Amino acid sequence: MFIKLTGGTVYDPASGVDGQQQDIYIQDGRIVKKPTEDVKVDKEYDLKGKVVMSGAIDMHTHIGGGKGNIARTLLPEDHRNDPVHRSDITRSGCGHAMPSSFVTGYRYAEMGYTAGFEPAVLPINARQAHMEMADIPILDKGGYVMMGSDDYLLRMLTAKKDQKAINDYVAWTMHAAKAIGVKVVNPGGISAFKFNQRKLDLDEQNAHYGVTPRDILRVLATAVKEIGVTHPLHVHGCNLGVPGNMQTTLDTIQGIGGLPMHLTHIQFHSYGTEGDFKFSSGVAEIAEAINRNKNITIDVGQILFGQTVTASGDSMRQHANHKHGSPNKWVTMDIECDAGCGVVPFKYKDKNFVNALQWAIGLETFLLVDDPWRIFLTTDHPNGAPFTSYPHLIRLLMDRSFRNEVLSTIHPEAQKMTTLASIEREYTLQEIAIMTRAGAAKLIGLKDRGGLSAGNWADITIYTDNNDRQKMFEKPDYVFKDGQLVVVNGKVVSTKWGTTHVVRPDFDPSVEKGLKDYFDRFLTMKLGNFKMSDDEITEDGRGSITVHPLNGDVA
Amino acid sequence: MTEITEVPSPFCGIGTDDLTIKVDGVLLKVIENGCAVNTPAFEQPITDMSARVDGKEVSLDVAIARAAAILKDTSLPVIGGCATDVNGMRGLLALADRCGAVVDHINFTGARNNFLALQDSGWMNTTLAEVKNRCDCLLIVGTDLEAFAPRFFEHYLWNKESMFLDDTSHREVIYLGTAPSGDASTSPKGKKARVFECATEDLPEVVAVLRALVKGQLICATAVCGIAVTDLQTIADKLIAAKYGVVIWAAGALAYAQAELTVQMLSEMVKDVNNQDTRCSGLPLGGKEGDQTANQVCGWTTGFPARTRFSSGFPEYDPFLNDTNVLLANGEADALVWVHAFNVNALPPVTTVPTIVVGRSGMTFATEPDVFIPVGTPGIDHVGHAYRMDNVVAIRLKKLRDSGLPSTAQVLNAIEQALQVR
Repeated sequence: MFIKLTGGTVYDPASGVDGQQQDIYIQDGRIVKKPTEDVKVDKEYDLKGKVVMSGAIDMHTHIGGGKGNIARTLLPEDHRNDPVHRSDITRSGCGHAMPSSFVTGYRYAEMGYTAGFEPAVLPINARQAHMEMADIPILDKGGYVMMGSDDYLLRMLTAKKDQKAINDYVAWTMHAAKAIGVKVVNPGGISAFKFNQRKLDLDEQNAHYGVTPRDILRVLATAVKEIGVTHPLHVHGCNLGVPGNMQTTLDTIQGIGGLPMHLTHIQFHSYGTEGDFKFSSGVAEIAEAINRNKNITIDVGQILFGQTVTASGDSMRQHANHKHGSPNKWVTMDIECDAGCGVVPFKYKDKNFVNALQWAIGLETFLLVDDPWRIFLTTDHPNGAPFTSYPHLIRLLMDRSFRNEVLSTIHPEAQKMTTLASIEREYTLQEIAIMTRAGAAKLIGLKDRGGLSAGNWADITIYTDNNDRQKMFEKPDYVFKDGQLVVVNGKVVSTKWGTTHVVRPDFDPSVEKGLKDYFDRFLTMKLGNFKMSDDEITEDGRGSITVHPLNGDVA
Repeated sequence: MTEITEVPSPFCGIGTDDLTIKVDGVLLKVIENGCAVNTPAFEQPITDMSARVDGKEVSLDVAIARAAAILKDTSLPVIGGCATDVNGMRGLLALADRCGAVVDHINFTGARNNFLALQDSGWMNTTLAEVKNRCDCLLIVGTDLEAFAPRFFEHYLWNKESMFLDDTSHREVIYLGTAPSGDASTSPKGKKARVFECATEDLPEVVAVLRALVKGQLICATAVCGIAVTDLQTIADKLIAAKYGVVIWAAGALAYAQAELTVQMLSEMVKDVNNQDTRCSGLPLGGKEGDQTANQVCGWTTGFPARTRFSSGFPEYDPFLNDTNVLLANGEADALVWVHAFNVNALPPVTTVPTIVVGRSGMTFATEPDVFIPVGTPGIDHVGHAYRMDNVVAIRLKKLRDSGLPSTAQVLNAIEQALQVR
């Protein structure tokens, strides 16, 4: 099948193409060069006046793993309000805050997304994360394996094991869990909660291990860099949601000493203590620190108003935050000397001062961080809002008058506490394409994704230009996944199965000696039964594994 | 003849994976680390290799065609049992979605006690490795733990070493309600569990008083349902004094009306202990007959637990109305698909509606179903995944022998395909 996309206006930051009219050719799932001789075009799409981007990549979205399924189970009333019927080509399910796996795939594709990455894969729950993601159609997927509160690492730190030993353990864990990145959540704090600590600052010791979050961040960020993983250590910092945590975030940036580090859902970590309500925006200083420190990347974790559910590995902070939850039902779990989780439904209200200011803080972050290659568009689905709200968020970023219109409706004290009204910046289409495509692919280290030049896989989204950017981005004209037309006019027309993206850094096999002994003595599973095999992803004939190069070598 | 080591079990719910099994053709013998639950489940011989239609042996294709023909013209088929592995559940849900069926797991009426509590107020729970390494006080409510899982104590309480306890044999074990049937709960150094017995149906009252005591409320009565309030005070004190208390219950053992309120009372009590400057967690027992597996896969596929119907073209959860037995008794169901790949004794309910059984080889029926398709057992005849009782850990099941029996997933996918091309 030879497909020609003719005359579209192309935004392909990966190749430096910014709104130029170009033809694109697709053969065998990939984008190919313009054929030199007469090749029969099997199918041509006239895209004159249309906007062409590569398929969008969500680099931080909770789409697979136990806490998401707890969130689903917790909220039958939410699903009942958004039933999804089956069709001849699609499965039934449910939507809204935490959609069913099939609906997750359809709705992402219907917005022009072709890949999503689960940021919190617990090693012990990796099978579940991959099994759930295996039931998400159309999208490619991958996961960042969660470390930092696992007793094995903490014991290594207490025993002063050298960096090489930690590198081997991190690399081994990435293999065992089939990961493409490494995440740390409330470093050491999930463990500390099991010892009844209720908060853990950057330089506060875990009561049992005597290790601080700062120590954990440094060894893990070093490990990720030294074993050659492209995606920098993905950090959900200390003190999520705590007024005044902006200082923790600034200290975290400073404390990493120039190592690559990704600070996720930074909105939840950018709070000051000014004002009558002792809650204020810390974005000015945080954005300034990010602009200055080129080793730092961030995603925002924007909140948007309405009902959602928060699902996090941060059992410590989720336990504290349950007091603000709505409806009042919540779950925390301590998990397998490995990690934990907490699930708390939230209803963000525009007339609530804190929620309204959280909304403004997220937007300030987007608008005050200069480099679109180092900031990513997320709501930390479903924690700030369901992913289906992305088109609305894009409009807020691209349309100042719309943004100020919404701003004028939120809690009046929150309006006074934000500089948002004075910020003139409007995102361009190219900047949106960087944040949601080229930048995301580069950050994760995906080879042949996120761009439209020849050699890339043909993940392509085509929109009708529309000044109402929400309307534009919520209903693409066409979406191609690996060259297959999967969406027309915002509706799924065919489905397929995406691949699972991983990296495979080297490690010294002797790392298993210590691990085997530890598993036999303290855990509940044999080491050999713990490690996932590739078969577990591929044996059903639908799944596949794509191994990406190390050290950002994706050109 | 071969010996396979480190075999994980899908039968016992606690995810033991240290069995050694001798394989001689299709005969299995557990030679190390068996127990009263696992050994017979692994050693169950294969009796049927052929599918049957109306009691006559037929090819698999013929049986599948007949099953599809039965399902084709139904208005409310019910898929009961639902005891299989992850891939089996995937196939089952695809079939249910296609033919508008009700999906109802065999243990759901018991598990419902947990789901109703979870969906109303939530809980703070833990998993087995945390119990093994941290638990210094275990309260067992209304269940005979060692009968449920014979190796629970050996594996998770009386382990030689733990990361955070100096001596595991010092752990406190307390039974409330049901007394233990044996001595598994006695520590290796001879420390015996404390037992406070009451009738199971008295647990709502007893647990309510225990929670009140945990919260420091004054109780005027001196005894509740035969248990002295001073004894309940002792339990409350021990939970609060513990560094990491754990409260275990088995939803299915709370066999009285509105037992979800007992689960809720226990779960809220656990939260209350966590407000008193210490840690405490709940641990619901389960993981048998594929229950956690069914609820997990149904959860991510539909948003709801495994008592959900597809008859409107989308999933609708109702923990009461979608009960297989209710639908059959009321004459609402017009066909039954019974899926059980683990247990030859878990037979379909007696019914007059057309019945298709996709079951473990070895099932014997008082009334022959219209279609019987014997399938392999996950973890014996084919690889697969099954969830443990603590719901976080999916174990990778091994294939131990070449029996030639199809998997549940293969059979249900084939029926779904047959309906698709009709």
